[in-house]
Amino acid sequence: MVRFENVGLRYGLGPEVLRDLTFGIDPHSFQFLTGPSGAGKTSLLKLLFLSLRPTRGLVTVFDHDTARLSKDELSVLRRRIGIVFQDFRLLDHLTTYENVALPLRVMGKDEASYRSEVVDLLDWVGLGDRIDAYPPILSGGEKQRAAIARAVIVRPEMLLADEPTGNVDPPLAKRLLRLFVELNRTGTAVLIATHDLSLLDQVEARHLIIRDGSVAILDPRHGEDGGW
Amino acid sequence: MVMWTRRSASLSHWLATRDRPAPADGGAGARSGRAASLVPAASISGRALAVIIAIMTFLGSLTVGAVDLVRTAAEDWTASIVREATIQVRPVSGRDLAADVRRATEIAVRFPGVADVSPYTAEETRRMLEPWLGTSLGAEDLPIPRLIVVKLTDDRRTDMTAFRNALAAEVPSASLDDHRQWFDRLRAMARAVIVVGLTIVSLMVATMALSVVFATRAAVETNRPVVEVLHFVGARDGFIATEFQRHFLWLALKGSAIGGLMALAAILVSGFVAARWRATAGGDQIEALFGSFSLGSTGYAGIVALVLLVTAVAAATSRWTVMRTLGAID
Repeated sequence: MVRFENVGLRYGLGPEVLRDLTFGIDPHSFQFLTGPSGAGKTSLLKLLFLSLRPTRGLVTVFDHDTARLSKDELSVLRRRIGIVFQDFRLLDHLTTYENVALPLRVMGKDEASYRSEVVDLLDWVGLGDRIDAYPPILSGGEKQRAAIARAVIVRPEMLLADEPTGNVDPPLAKRLLRLFVELNRTGTAVLIATHDLSLLDQVEARHLIIRDGSVAILDPRHGEDGGW
Repeated sequence: MVMWTRRSASLSHWLATRDRPAPADGGAGARSGRAASLVPAASISGRALAVIIAIMTFLGSLTVGAVDLVRTAAEDWTASIVREATIQVRPVSGRDLAADVRRATEIAVRFPGVADVSPYTAEETRRMLEPWLGTSLGAEDLPIPRLIVVKLTDDRRTDMTAFRNALAAEVPSASLDDHRQWFDRLRAMARAVIVVGLTIVSLMVATMALSVVFATRAAVETNRPVVEVLHFVGARDGFIATEFQRHFLWLALKGSAIGGLMALAAILVSGFVAARWRATAGGDQIEALFGSFSLGSTGYAGIVALVLLVTAVAAATSRWTVMRTLGAID
């Protein structure tokens, strides 16, 4: 699904923030991306989300070499990836319903064809009574669930979540994690970037540990299979 | 919260029972109902831009109206001039002026394409010169040429060269003026007015387009977070540009329609005022120059076309600017 081969990334003429990354993300897999602050988690997520192109090496997403894709082709490829931001990135002038339906609207779907689907999903994530509410009046947990609903509404093949539990209390964090596990069981590959160690213990999954721009892979099921 | 906890297990059911939407859709499908704008209207300095567009369209429409007025007046003058010619018979020593006038009149009456011939009598000539010469000076004492006004049926059917030759053969002191010189001057003047008018309108449209460029750039910059989210959910640049374009299309339509209507109102009021002044000397001069001071169908069509042109240029400019700005962001 995703392959990184000797990938390096630098911003402008600065030093490399990511070095010699070689790893893959398989379909239906579940993994955590962890590491200290400033280690390069966000930069790696941006590469995975096609928001940045590597300065060297090869990044292949859904069998496409991202370096060879046009901007519009990257946009279309991005529709197969869901992303949940730490700061939610909901549009304040749209209702919860309109925010969640945004990816479908961007794809040109007729509203009549997805309205019930969006309402059902909002109902299932507990925002059924907040459909017409605007993000500024939602609580942190509600915003987080709206952001997750927006990411999963198109049933992405891969879901990336950046500190999805960073702004919520531990019980809600646990529930959100269960949501990601449910999503993974239906076939979506999931990658959660977090430095919340308690979260890592709750799911037996592969760990991509990033430190000083390099990645090590730790799989609790098979032991460490990569190193710095 | 309890409700959500209970229902989170149902998410797998929701996911399992729904097909994955095709991701490569073009992003231009029809939607039912009126979808909320993805670009907040309040984030665009719309009122100022609409006022600029209204003022530009108002001035442009007045220019179009003025050009139409001059063009129509020039056409009227030209039509009346080309249907007339003047024979001038000069007094020459040794020749009978009255006999020459009679002979020239006979030639003119017989000539093909001539509808009517009216020679000025000596008395009419004297009255015509009275404002300049006064009544005390006898016009018959001066060597004043006599004029014969010739009305033509159709200038294309009258062979003016043959007419001129026929006169020269029998009345050497007569000359024929077919007003061609005046006609050429009027035509050149009308063309110059049209070119100047079109240049002014083009400059106004260009100024308006530049205003739209600046407003669009500012709008994209203000809405950078919105643009980023749209990119993250898979929107192409063309989709985002359409969202901005929709705003500017509506703003431009509002502004240009208001400007066009104000210009039409101004022209109608001017026509009304000119009609009230018709009895005065100044009013007569204006009517002589510009006719009834009212817009023809081409003038109205020109203003409507300008309104549509301004709207189309604003929409196209905003789209082009968004595409360029988004290209630069990447």
